[in-house]
Amino acid sequence: MDLIFDGILQAFRLLFTLDREVLGIAWLSLKVSGLATLISLVLGIGLGTLIALTSFPGRKVLVSLVNTGMGLPPVVVGLFVSILLWRNGPLGFLELLYTPSAIVIAQSVIATPIVMGITIAAMQNLPANLRLQILALGATRTQLVWMLIKEARLPLMAGVMAGFGGVISEVGASIMVGGNVKGYTRVLTTATVMETGRGNFDIAIALSVILLLFCFLINYLLTLIQQRERPR
Amino acid sequence: MTTPAQVLELSGLTVRRGGAAILDIPSFSLGENDFVSLIGPNGAGKTTLLLAIMGLVEAGKGCSLSYRGTPVDSAAAQLAFRRRIAMVLQEPLLFDATVYENVASGLKIRGVGGQELKERVYAYLERFKLAEMAKRSARKLSGGEARRVSLARAFAVEPELIFFDEPFANLDPPTRQSLTDDMDRVIRERGIAAILVTHDQSEALRLSNRVVVLNGGSIVQDGTPAAVMNAPVNEFVANFVGMETILEGVVLVNREQQMTLKVGDLELDAVGEQAPGEQAYCCIRPENVTVSIDPPYSSSARNVFKARIVETASLGPLLRLRLDCGFPLTSYVTRESFAKLGLVQGGTVFASFKASSVHPITKR
Repeated sequence: MDLIFDGILQAFRLLFTLDREVLGIAWLSLKVSGLATLISLVLGIGLGTLIALTSFPGRKVLVSLVNTGMGLPPVVVGLFVSILLWRNGPLGFLELLYTPSAIVIAQSVIATPIVMGITIAAMQNLPANLRLQILALGATRTQLVWMLIKEARLPLMAGVMAGFGGVISEVGASIMVGGNVKGYTRVLTTATVMETGRGNFDIAIALSVILLLFCFLINYLLTLIQQRERPR
Repeated sequence: MTTPAQVLELSGLTVRRGGAAILDIPSFSLGENDFVSLIGPNGAGKTTLLLAIMGLVEAGKGCSLSYRGTPVDSAAAQLAFRRRIAMVLQEPLLFDATVYENVASGLKIRGVGGQELKERVYAYLERFKLAEMAKRSARKLSGGEARRVSLARAFAVEPELIFFDEPFANLDPPTRQSLTDDMDRVIRERGIAAILVTHDQSEALRLSNRVVVLNGGSIVQDGTPAAVMNAPVNEFVANFVGMETILEGVVLVNREQQMTLKVGDLELDAVGEQAPGEQAYCCIRPENVTVSIDPPYSSSARNVFKARIVETASLGPLLRLRLDCGFPLTSYVTRESFAKLGLVQGGTVFASFKASSVHPITKR
């Protein structure tokens, strides 16, 4: 118990004393996972809406693939992104491996199917005739898509939460493509793994508490938006 | 049926689904100020016809549509055309926003903003008695209120044509009546053409100047309400409209709801609220008309007419008699009565019905 208690105390001490290294790690985690979530939002909502609103042969197979992708193991993503970005790999010339950009790419790959899957489900749950009603109001295709996204905004918000939650807490892909380089690609999860390996449980717990705090704050914020009092 | 000024002209419309034709309309037109009631059984293609006119279902090759003489033949023309129409679907399908935002949605789509948007939205909120609930969430409205919002949303774009697809289904009669009155009032104020899909024949009679009967994706009859109800072109229409006698008349007197109407050269007693001089449809159900060989002196029936049996048709245990008493009248008699009275086609009888059996509907 002392170990956990000391860890929590250490976490708050590190936070309140504005420990430069911890703040750097935390800030990088937020930046990388925030950016990956943003990319996954654009891709996931865009592609998810496209899949939900069109019918084509093989659509069911594609939706099943997307749903499978929602549970993509981060280490598998890490492996394939590493191969792609490897010096001799197809995208090796970009020299992105072991950079924060590599983590953003890997995390985007993890979060996009999550957002996409939730978008497809959210769009399909809208009333069947809503599309006709919007078009009957004189909407263009673009206005139609925008209005449908607005109507599905609450479940889509759940997609954002799930996507962000999925990437900020993953470690496999970040460590494989980022390399846990101190001061450069070290994020909260990779740092926690490393400190645990070294037996520095107090720092590992401190980092975990900060991670949990982030998760809670971000989700609390999104929940506030999602559950904000509706007009009466 | 055509009228001189055609707002909309459609020809060669076919819609196929799963390889089968679900709509086949060689021609259809809509005149200025036409109020068409589209009736027909479920699956007849009524909604599909409205959607096809709006370009919201894919029509087969060879379909041509023109609006006020201009062909609607490109995506841009179709969007511009769609923005001149409004459609109210069976479900209110309101957005997850305030009542104000819902009524504003069609205008915003058309790029209306600022003060103009506000003024137009409030004008229609007032018109549909919604101003007090402008800031309420549309998700918290009752069924009747939601239908009212969907009406206001449709009219707010000030359409030149308006389509209603059973907009007030599943509402209680007083709410339905009030909404229908509001809808009718605004249509007449604005002088626009309208098509209403309905299952309610009295609504069709009351509101429209034209009834189109659709069956199996084709138009089977198109005419005035009285023509469709009194002279169905075939068995299907006859069965569908219920062969109720519908007569056009003018109220001569009304004393405490006891009215006398002039129908052709004859006079008919009825119970109703129409004022003298008003035109009304008199609806008489066949089961309320009795026939006898001699005048029924002891009967309480105020309407007694000498009639000729024009046609008899079997309806299982009943026979349907089409009578001519100076106006067409339909009656049902049992086979037993028919035989007992010695009735024959071409024979003369007395047809009688009570004043309270006449259901008058004001003709607009």
